[in-house]
Amino acid sequence: MAISRRYFLTGASVLALTGGALARSYRGSVPWSSKTARPPSPAGLHQTFFSAEERSVIVAMVDRLIPKDEFPSASEAGVVTFLEDQLAGPYGRGDIYYLQGPFQQGTESQGYQAEAPAILYRQAIADLETAIRKEGTDGFTALDAEAQDDFLTALSEGEQELEHVDAKTFFDRLWEDTQLGYFGDPVHGGNRDMVGWKMIGFPGARYDYRPYIDHNGKALDLPPVSVAGNYQREAN
Amino acid sequence: MARKLPKREVVIVGFGWTGAIMAEQLTAEGLDVLALERGVWRNTSTDYAVTNAQDEVRYRFRHDLFEQLSRETMTFRNSSDQTALPMRMLGSFLPGTNVGGSGVHWNGITWRFLPSDFVARSHNEERYGPLPEDMTIQDWGVSYEELEPHYTTFEELCGISGKAGNLNGRLQQGGNPFEGPRSKEYPNPPMDMVLAPKLFAEAASGLGYKPFPFPSANMSRAYTNPLGVSLAPCTYCGFCEKFACGNYSKASAPTTILPVLMRRQNFELQTQAMVLRVLKAADGKSVTGVEYITPEGEIIEQPADMVILSTYINHNVHLLMVSGIGQIYDPRSQQGLVGKNYAYQITSGVTVFYDEETHINPFIGAGALGMVIDEFNGDNFDHSGLGFIGGGFIGQTQTNGRPVESLAVPDGTPKFGAGWKKAMRENYGHSVGIGTHGAVMSYRGNYLDLDPTYKDAYGRPLMRMTFDFTENELRMSDYLTDRAVEIAEAMGGREMTVSRRKGPYSIVPYQTTHNTGGHIMGASPADSVTNKYLQHWQMPNLFLTGAGAFPQNPGYNPTGTVAALAYHSAAAIRRSYLRAPGQPMVQA
Repeated sequence: MAISRRYFLTGASVLALTGGALARSYRGSVPWSSKTARPPSPAGLHQTFFSAEERSVIVAMVDRLIPKDEFPSASEAGVVTFLEDQLAGPYGRGDIYYLQGPFQQGTESQGYQAEAPAILYRQAIADLETAIRKEGTDGFTALDAEAQDDFLTALSEGEQELEHVDAKTFFDRLWEDTQLGYFGDPVHGGNRDMVGWKMIGFPGARYDYRPYIDHNGKALDLPPVSVAGNYQREAN
Repeated sequence: MARKLPKREVVIVGFGWTGAIMAEQLTAEGLDVLALERGVWRNTSTDYAVTNAQDEVRYRFRHDLFEQLSRETMTFRNSSDQTALPMRMLGSFLPGTNVGGSGVHWNGITWRFLPSDFVARSHNEERYGPLPEDMTIQDWGVSYEELEPHYTTFEELCGISGKAGNLNGRLQQGGNPFEGPRSKEYPNPPMDMVLAPKLFAEAASGLGYKPFPFPSANMSRAYTNPLGVSLAPCTYCGFCEKFACGNYSKASAPTTILPVLMRRQNFELQTQAMVLRVLKAADGKSVTGVEYITPEGEIIEQPADMVILSTYINHNVHLLMVSGIGQIYDPRSQQGLVGKNYAYQITSGVTVFYDEETHINPFIGAGALGMVIDEFNGDNFDHSGLGFIGGGFIGQTQTNGRPVESLAVPDGTPKFGAGWKKAMRENYGHSVGIGTHGAVMSYRGNYLDLDPTYKDAYGRPLMRMTFDFTENELRMSDYLTDRAVEIAEAMGGREMTVSRRKGPYSIVPYQTTHNTGGHIMGASPADSVTNKYLQHWQMPNLFLTGAGAFPQNPGYNPTGTVAALAYHSAAAIRRSYLRAPGQPMVQA
């Protein structure tokens, strides 16, 4: 086996097509073409995932996780719109997750062992409604606020079990997704009018903070911006 | 049947930092180089545009830049007596995909390891006596002095911003007094510090430590590297680690090497080429090429004179295993070397909360912006009577103010609800986190092998990771955390929370993308997979780059050493291997 030292000085830039319609072989130049940017895909305004009944349960749950005070509740801030869009899309389908069986519950340190998030949400809502009705109450929305909080706490600690899915796995997803809906970029359907960012003082998708490096502990009070600009829109 | 393509001189599998370094070095030597990348091409300026990139949902939580586990993942368990289950979602570590690899979304902290790190076994045994019987750490077979010029090359390629602490043996004010002698100052001055690292540095100085700026691949000023590629000043946008920089302010393969490499006519890049296995010669004494699959499902055989595996460590090890190259490690018999000495890092944190008048403005950040002390790293301190070896750095990096990822609330805050919301509002913008970042030694019971049950999308068995923190690491992390608490107390906040790392190791919360080992380097084929040039001992035309070569994991971010090892390997290939291709550069 001998390695010869050859120079390929063909001069011309070549962008070959190999094995299919897509350009996948690059030689002779830095590939670049216009209009190739990947802007964020805005949440579908009228995307639906939940049934009316499921939606009312989710609204009640997220509004206990982030209730209304001087600032809006989770659902008022668009968290449910965010969840509808997320669960109807690649996240809900689990496109990038490993979803081959066999499925079994492992130790906490082994992490998520459920099926796709859309399946997890739907099954968990059905299971928790069944569990609450068994106790004689007409579902989560019929519980008073304190009982709702106790139920969510029990889910989060794995004390309230669900029939088909791991309760804590569901709670952890719901809680993280709720925070993403409240504090994520509004282009994804939540954080309406950037209210989550205004509440804490996060300026959002700004690009250049060099003028403020020497702030020395002073408040900057920079109004937030979204990756989609000064993003506002009507409620779903 | 695989379609067989014409033979190439060099085939590189995986096109992140080390793939690009090897390609640049070997095309400069005139070799015909083909790189195969499973992901796609991305344009820095448009795909990572500064108008799009600052999106916590898309990048941090929906993993736009990370590998897709639906294609290949691993199974995980803490110990051999458990059943390993698939890592279905990423968590603890976040390997990248696409051209540029994980180096596109790294934070840019660019260390050199300590000279004593490279002789961890002999150094510690000499100073402290015999090590625990199940601790399988080794010397690297390469020295700091051998790597020094290559560290310099990488720092100049990236335009690292920092302050030298030891120039040719002379200690320098303001740098790390513990670092090995360096031949040159950093190419750029340190970044400008915001308030949080200043508070940390002031407190650390008051306790007698010598804080210094993190060595940073985020540009402190405009810079043109030795290849002639220009980088722009960092704008402190606070979307750095786990994000890509469309501003050309963070060194990565696409921003430092590719503008030059892609123009070379003796280089070709194939994207969406998923390499499934490495092909061996019938006599088992060399490799003959690789086999990959296209998105259309076509299997291609790509013959090559020389194969370089430059994928993320898990995949480098997995490729060896599914290709039948070398014996897979068995912890019971302690036979086999592939998958041996898997290690990780151990982190902990302390958060200092200030009153509402003190605005930390955490969103003014960069991946490697901060101040750090190195008094408790490696063997920079006397471990006598402490009950552990190894150490780590303690530092304050102000990386971001992303609300979901970085929220910090004091102890006693309700998990959710009105109390949580109030605490979130009152404390966001008024807290400073201190991190400890510690070494993990290698052990008989921490290893990689193949899973008996689960398969990837290509039908190959998944790799199985068996790993847990051990007593040495937990003691060490507690010791570092105690020191961090002392600094935090001196920082003058209202209150603090302490997050110690407790066992068992969990694959869920993000810790570091600093996985190591599994194809370790060393001085002898009896206890290592490659020699000090990253050349496979038994198949000398096969090279393996990356942190899989680390025999154990020191207390620093690995990229500087990963790159230095690649340059060291490339220099040896250019200097000696090409004179006698296919021959080992170190005699066994």
